[in-house]
Amino acid sequence: MIDEKVADSSTAPGGQRPPGARRIQDAVIRFAGNSQDGIQAIGGFLARLAGRTDKDVMTYMTIPATISGGPSIYQVRLGTGEVLSAGDDVDILVTFYQHSYNDHISTLRDGGILIYDSDNVQPDPNQKRYRAIGVPITGQTVEAIGGTAKDKGKNMFVLGLIARMFDLDVPKLETMLQAYYKGKGEDVIRNVIGAFNAGYGYDIGKVTDTFEFVVPSTRVTRKQVVMDGNQAIAYGALAAGIRFGAGYPITPWSSIMEILRAELPKYGGIFMQAEDELAAIAMACGASYSGYLSLTGTSGPGLSLKTEALGWAVMAEMPIVIIDVQRGGPSTGLPTSVEQSDLNIACFGGHGDSPRIVLAPSSVEDCFYITLEAAKLAREYSSPVIILSDQALATRFEAWEMPDLAKLTQDISPDFSARGPNYKPYENAADGIAHHAPPGTPMVDGKYPVVTGLEHDEAGHPASRPANHVMMVAKRRRKLQVLAGRLPKAETYGPAEGNVLLVGWGSSHGPIREAVDKARAAGESVSSLNIRYIQPLQPGIGEIFEGFNHVFVAEINDEGLYGYGQLAALLRARYCTDKIRGINKTDGLPFKVREILNGMNEKLKQSAEPALVSA
Amino acid sequence: MIAEAKDLQAKEIKLTDRPKYTKKDLVADHPTWCPGCGDFSVLSIYFKMMEKLQLPHEKITSIAGIGCSSRFPYFVNAYGVHFLHGRAAPFATGVSMMRPDLHVFVFGGDGDAFSIGGNHLNHASRKNVKMTYVIMDNFVYGLTKKQTSPTSPLGFKSKTDPGGAVDQPINPMKQLIASGATFIARTHSHLPNHVMEMMEKAMAHDGFSVIECLSECTEFYPGAFDAANPRKGGAFNLVPADHSVTDEIAAYKLAMTPFPGYFGVFYQEQRPTKNALEAKLIADSKARAENASPTELLQKTFARLS
Repeated sequence: MIDEKVADSSTAPGGQRPPGARRIQDAVIRFAGNSQDGIQAIGGFLARLAGRTDKDVMTYMTIPATISGGPSIYQVRLGTGEVLSAGDDVDILVTFYQHSYNDHISTLRDGGILIYDSDNVQPDPNQKRYRAIGVPITGQTVEAIGGTAKDKGKNMFVLGLIARMFDLDVPKLETMLQAYYKGKGEDVIRNVIGAFNAGYGYDIGKVTDTFEFVVPSTRVTRKQVVMDGNQAIAYGALAAGIRFGAGYPITPWSSIMEILRAELPKYGGIFMQAEDELAAIAMACGASYSGYLSLTGTSGPGLSLKTEALGWAVMAEMPIVIIDVQRGGPSTGLPTSVEQSDLNIACFGGHGDSPRIVLAPSSVEDCFYITLEAAKLAREYSSPVIILSDQALATRFEAWEMPDLAKLTQDISPDFSARGPNYKPYENAADGIAHHAPPGTPMVDGKYPVVTGLEHDEAGHPASRPANHVMMVAKRRRKLQVLAGRLPKAETYGPAEGNVLLVGWGSSHGPIREAVDKARAAGESVSSLNIRYIQPLQPGIGEIFEGFNHVFVAEINDEGLYGYGQLAALLRARYCTDKIRGINKTDGLPFKVREILNGMNEKLKQSAEPALVSA
Repeated sequence: MIAEAKDLQAKEIKLTDRPKYTKKDLVADHPTWCPGCGDFSVLSIYFKMMEKLQLPHEKITSIAGIGCSSRFPYFVNAYGVHFLHGRAAPFATGVSMMRPDLHVFVFGGDGDAFSIGGNHLNHASRKNVKMTYVIMDNFVYGLTKKQTSPTSPLGFKSKTDPGGAVDQPINPMKQLIASGATFIARTHSHLPNHVMEMMEKAMAHDGFSVIECLSECTEFYPGAFDAANPRKGGAFNLVPADHSVTDEIAAYKLAMTPFPGYFGVFYQEQRPTKNALEAKLIADSKARAENASPTELLQKTFARLS
């Protein structure tokens, strides 16, 4: 936050910063307008620019569920260290309309800066909590561009204002703008650059400072890449060697299928837009059966539909990767809000005993690596693997270290070498793992297999004998137990023993770590544990729980009938300890660091313990 | 990937290197069908066709949903899949798209094709995915023991319609013509030579070929198709010789003839298959990307995002 982290300007190295610039470590900027104003574009450019310099970045976005119009915000946190969350409080709030001002002014921290479009917004003239700077954004943009574009370049005007305030690399930004709008024609580029320059040149006066980011002590020299979580999953799938995908459009999963539809043909692969969710997973099962590990994906309501074929894939032991970009549920629910409420359906959805692998990425970077890992596990364990991403990860940009693509890119072409004699795809081996032969594979004894959703014997023949079902149910379960034993041991962030352990999964990981940092900085004994392998669970978790007095599971879902969220209930069932309690919320927004700390203090109060740090 | 599948075709064991196989080599499990079931006829014709074509075992893939007829893959010694009720067509789509070297067959009944999987049939048809779909239509749900099916005629007495079926049945031929299938034929399991002729034509068709084969359920709807069986005093009316198979309206008129209607090829057109369209998309995309390797493609993308 700006005023907390202002460094003494006399220590500035190099001395080339503009006179009067305040030196800061990070800044949270929120743009509030309507969905058609292109405020996501401002955020996207800032994120990319930050990724190309030595700043780290995390963004936060909400978009309305309506198709056009309606309030929309974009929040960017630029920092020079590791940025773990989108920031609790806003340092600079840019509001385009009166409703943007009304709805978001409370997020602006004390002493923060409000920039408002004085053509549309009338702020409270009597407040002393923050500094308000009126800029005729609409009028200035129209004046700069003129003609038929009207106020369409407002976002670029604001980007110019911000570039000036934060002394951003203007030549780099201009290059990015030129490249981004290249396909839209000369007129558009001229308008974009015109609006940007007007914003950059606008004399915001002496009312506010300009800022300069502190160069971190451990300067990041490695190259960074900037993308959102959905992009990271799509490119992860391509790197993993996945060459067939099928899906049906649903928010917020759709952009993964859009990328794969455009990219897969270049890799010799196919993406099918199916007639519905059931067909999408059926097509993926078919392509996997044919020898090519396949992917399908969806969001909440679609996963409900996919559970039918998911059960088949468990029974037939067919490898397949299923992406679920979680949103608010149940039913159509909150299509453009975040929730972590699909854990139960991912782990247990469907009829019968149907164990499957479930993974949860904790950052955009992890979205990339977890997709690679999902492909590997699906093939090694001949099992469906579900990746539980969420709306917050899907739509936020993060800067992360450029992966070693030459090393990571895999070729997983099928093996058509002859099999047999007495080929048994479902042999009851110690590790329980099935080994399929794709069609086209010659069988030396001339006996060919059928893959079925009926219970079957080791050769794959339908078999309903009681002893056979007992054996096969155990076999399908056992292979995930074998996997559990091979997973890396769970590790805490912070000491492995202490008073409070904060447990989280998925996109809550960042804010939880920031909460740990804050609590530990205040001298409190708090550590955290991220559950990346939801099913099966990693070894070592029970031992970690033993080392803490309290285990609080922070997740964006309801506390349920009995007072615990979905992961908490799973952990209580597994580890049988009433130390485990939930910190839950269902507002459709990512966790704030403060919410986690408040939740923790409240739970401690319930157990009559002194509150830890004030949030 | 598709290119790799082509390589695979080149690597196929030459037929001359293998001894010719007979029906005996194609037989797998003993069929679970009731004595006299029409499906036996379809199975034995399938064997006969394979014997004639001498397709390598490993290149034959039979895919089915759920139902009596969908047990088909178990009875054929070749690659087979017993998938979900209604979803055989999209499963087969996944196989067909990735494996142009395989011959993909789908076997199923009227419930699979026109009820629980109705939408899938429509979309595999319009996309013209290369496969042959044989619908063994018995006008009744047999596996679950006599409930009304989407093709049960009005008044048919079943366990779910003890007073007789009241819902308008689907006209399979009308439905298939409207769906955009590029080869549509109708046959009758009691006339094996005709079934064979339709199966061979369907298999030779480059695209989505579908056959409705009336296949009597002797247990729950005996005599359903006697009206089309000359041996039972019925009339097996072939599609008139002057019928133009590319004339959609004429095909529709044939389909509207009251039961038992006509038998033969109702409609056939040559339209690019989904397989060919995707193969072209791949070829064009690869050419535009200068045949870059996956690593090079990803490195280029990531450089753009850095």
